[in-house]
Amino acid sequence: MSKNKSGLPTPHPFMANSAASSFQEMLSVAKVNDIEELFEQIPQDHKFAGEWNFDAALPSEAELYKHLTRILRKNRSAEENLNFLGAGCWQHYVPAICDEMVTRTEYLTPVWGTPSSDHGRNQVWFEFQSLIGELVGMEFVGLPLYSFGTAGGHAIRMAARINSRKKVLIPESLDPERLAVFKTYCGFKELSGFIEIVPVKFDINNGRIDLSDLKSKLSSDVAAVYFDNPNYLGIVESQAQEIADLTHAVGAEVIVGVDPISLGVLSSPSQYGADIVVGTTQPLGVHMNAGGGVGGFIATRDNEKYAREYPTLQVSLTGTSVPGEMAFGLTLFEQSSYGSREHGKDWTGNSVYLWTVANATYMSLLGPIGFSEIGNTILQRSHYAAKKLAEIPGVKITWGSGFFKEFVVNFDGTKKKVVDINKRLLEKNIFGGKDLSEDFPHLGQSALFCVTEIHTAQDIQTLINAVAEVTK
Amino acid sequence: MIKSKIRKYHAPVWDEPLVMQMGKEGRRGSIAPTTEPEIVAAIGQATDLISKSMRRTTAPALPEMSEFEVQRHYLHLSQQTLGMMGISLFGTCTMKYNPRVNERIVYQPFVSEIHPLQDPSTMQGILEIVDRFDRLLRKLSGLDKFVFQAGGGADAAYTQACITRAYHASRGELAQRNEIITTAQAHPCNPATAAAAGFKIITLALEEDGFPSVEALKSVVSERTAALMVNNPDDIGIYNPNIKEWVDIVHAAGGLCFYDHANFNGVMTRIRAADIGFDACMYMLHKTFGGPKGGGGPAVGAYGCNEKLIPFLPGPIVETNKDGTFYLRASNPQGVARIREFLGNVPTVIRAYSWTRAMGIEGLRDAANISVLANNYMEKRLLEIPGISKGMPDVKGRRLEMTRYSLGDLTSQTGVSCIDIQNRMTDFGVDAYWLSHEPWFIPEPFTPEAGELWSLEDIDYWIDVLETVCNEARTNPEIVKTAPHNQVVHKQNSTNLSDPEKWATTWRAYKRKYKVKD
Repeated sequence: MSKNKSGLPTPHPFMANSAASSFQEMLSVAKVNDIEELFEQIPQDHKFAGEWNFDAALPSEAELYKHLTRILRKNRSAEENLNFLGAGCWQHYVPAICDEMVTRTEYLTPVWGTPSSDHGRNQVWFEFQSLIGELVGMEFVGLPLYSFGTAGGHAIRMAARINSRKKVLIPESLDPERLAVFKTYCGFKELSGFIEIVPVKFDINNGRIDLSDLKSKLSSDVAAVYFDNPNYLGIVESQAQEIADLTHAVGAEVIVGVDPISLGVLSSPSQYGADIVVGTTQPLGVHMNAGGGVGGFIATRDNEKYAREYPTLQVSLTGTSVPGEMAFGLTLFEQSSYGSREHGKDWTGNSVYLWTVANATYMSLLGPIGFSEIGNTILQRSHYAAKKLAEIPGVKITWGSGFFKEFVVNFDGTKKKVVDINKRLLEKNIFGGKDLSEDFPHLGQSALFCVTEIHTAQDIQTLINAVAEVTK
Repeated sequence: MIKSKIRKYHAPVWDEPLVMQMGKEGRRGSIAPTTEPEIVAAIGQATDLISKSMRRTTAPALPEMSEFEVQRHYLHLSQQTLGMMGISLFGTCTMKYNPRVNERIVYQPFVSEIHPLQDPSTMQGILEIVDRFDRLLRKLSGLDKFVFQAGGGADAAYTQACITRAYHASRGELAQRNEIITTAQAHPCNPATAAAAGFKIITLALEEDGFPSVEALKSVVSERTAALMVNNPDDIGIYNPNIKEWVDIVHAAGGLCFYDHANFNGVMTRIRAADIGFDACMYMLHKTFGGPKGGGGPAVGAYGCNEKLIPFLPGPIVETNKDGTFYLRASNPQGVARIREFLGNVPTVIRAYSWTRAMGIEGLRDAANISVLANNYMEKRLLEIPGISKGMPDVKGRRLEMTRYSLGDLTSQTGVSCIDIQNRMTDFGVDAYWLSHEPWFIPEPFTPEAGELWSLEDIDYWIDVLETVCNEARTNPEIVKTAPHNQVVHKQNSTNLSDPEKWATTWRAYKRKYKVKD
């Protein structure tokens, strides 16, 4: 398909050497007459010789912008509509300077770099780890993972490596999307490293872990108990200390999954016995991005027992050849898959490191008062929305108190299905809560609603009016 | 011979404190929306909505700063990041231009403020782009379906390992097929993810030609073989010409074949995974397809496969209705349920689609030609510098888009290492170069990759800086060994980093270990 033997390119804005002048100079220095000489290693019958039938090029930025935005404007965003979906990805307000920072070319475009080349960005990484450490009350924090689910999956595997046990207890209230990730990470019984997932019941009266069921399943072959706080169904696990004590009594590790935006008002997991804390980073200054905003973290005490099992990379504060100067270098690199291939601790790769810039900016902006304030607003607005919804005939709040920003709304009394209610709400520009009826059939026709600081009293009233109308 | 005038350079130095050391008590950077009086009247105080045992009693020790102070701090740190502000020929990572128009597009609410669980009727634009890009990649690879859930190349390798499990489990052969074969030159993520998925790893060593022999492969393939995971060309620019035979051998034994296409840039429009016989391949959208790297993601490892493996792909999967609209299928009954939550890093899929359309098929061909030509140009100039030699020098044929070099001779003559030189080059505004993945076959390695972005002047300047530093190694080795000198900070003390008493991944750990007072 080359237009000419020398492969002379068409000038393009993304490629400096597509200009004939520099291309020809390279040809001449490299002593290339026919561009195909450069591909002499590749046998002829490996090379594609067919017709491409490819979409036409759009090298003009103006045309490209028009093409893409014409397609993407078919979307209806949560900003133009009223959104009550949460369930693993949450709509919070993203401060403008978070977006400013993550679109700065200096942060946006580089590869890893080194302590010498990218000191500033390495400092952001260290600040991210440190600020997360303050929220969760832990001293050892790694660089982020792909998501909450992958962080949890790796944490379970860390626990199994620590105590050489092969069973993890997980409450049935876990997010099914995340449970699917955990199952992937826990493997297949036919192969090595398999970890059995044993479900633990939750109490239908309050949404919390059923302690008697937990007790009956705890034994000395359990590697870890995993639970979220607040859990997927919004409920704060107020018996967390008791769960941790029971778990420790059989020598197992306590893994707690958190939504860090709750940690200005909710107790930090280190206070109630967590050994490994995982969580999401998306609420901290990252847009939902159709799911592309997700990210996760792992945090523990600064203890070799845990530190030497981290699958992630992490930066450590260190000195330089000049007294008093700070630098940031990778620690425990040799145990990563980069350092030890299949003998490393699980594996790592490109992750969501750019989001550390948004996360660190967000945590610094809010500060201790901001975290407490936003937590309070979310608590009050979500409870208010729940209370008002419960006043609608046939609508019940499954667990009317003890939740953080999400809560289960049951529509059985309206004799209507969530799927139909959500369809009608959508006609009114409202994205109703996540339908739970397939994943949690024993909760009936229920939906998981999410109310955050972005929902005003007026927004909540709009929801109430709409739900009242469509459930009539 | 040095061609350019070496310019003055010094990195910006703000001596910026840690954010945790900044601010003053009571200062505010962000105010949350205030709860309306009618809500307070109906609900009461927030603290009463949490059981006493679960209330936070000690505030987190976060900084208290004004909005501007936070903004300025993170701007300072951005200025203290060299990255692509200078010249970055970071090999294996294909440094490209990340078109700015893509940021303009993906930071609008019709992308950024979409919830992944919205009704598909409200996400048609996103689903259409995913579908369109899937179809472009099918053409480039010859494969039948692409998914974008994997958050990077390593995650795509993990996807392959998990699909391998699901495929053999569906045939009742998983217990028997527990071995994955790879080569010593495959990226570490291939053996590491396969091992994490529970497989035994067989790594073939390189031979004289620069790749393992067909005989070596045959000697390890058996009824235990689950899959082959390889890259080609590898990251020293060597192409295994026997790869079709390899694929046939593994297929004949009942194994799957995965093509890690991390080094696709140099062979775009020439090599298609399906034509070689592979069942699946992976492309890195944050490398080859113009997406930004972000210092390590959010990235996308686009995973594509043939019809045989489609039933094992992780969900959610974009499908087309009869009327041409799109919907999401939750998962495959026999498939991998999820590698990660949701659809993947959608903004980077949009960026990659945009980049590919901006290039067109001829642009992709031009980019591959320019990249391989630029590497061969570099090779001519670099081998003229005393002390630098070519890795695997006996392998014949022109290297593709990368060549690995050795500074071993220079090191033995001067005591200056490849890491010293890497540090010193940053003193000239040149980003740290890539050395080599583990294991190192070549002493004191470095691996530049010119790609199609950098101009001839940039490439020449990069070589001139390297030559300047190599000259320094002979005339003034101390200046190289103690580098950097013109950077934000000086040479780091790396001995602390592996000492449990001294490492500190958080400020609170540092304060305890080094007895720092607030």
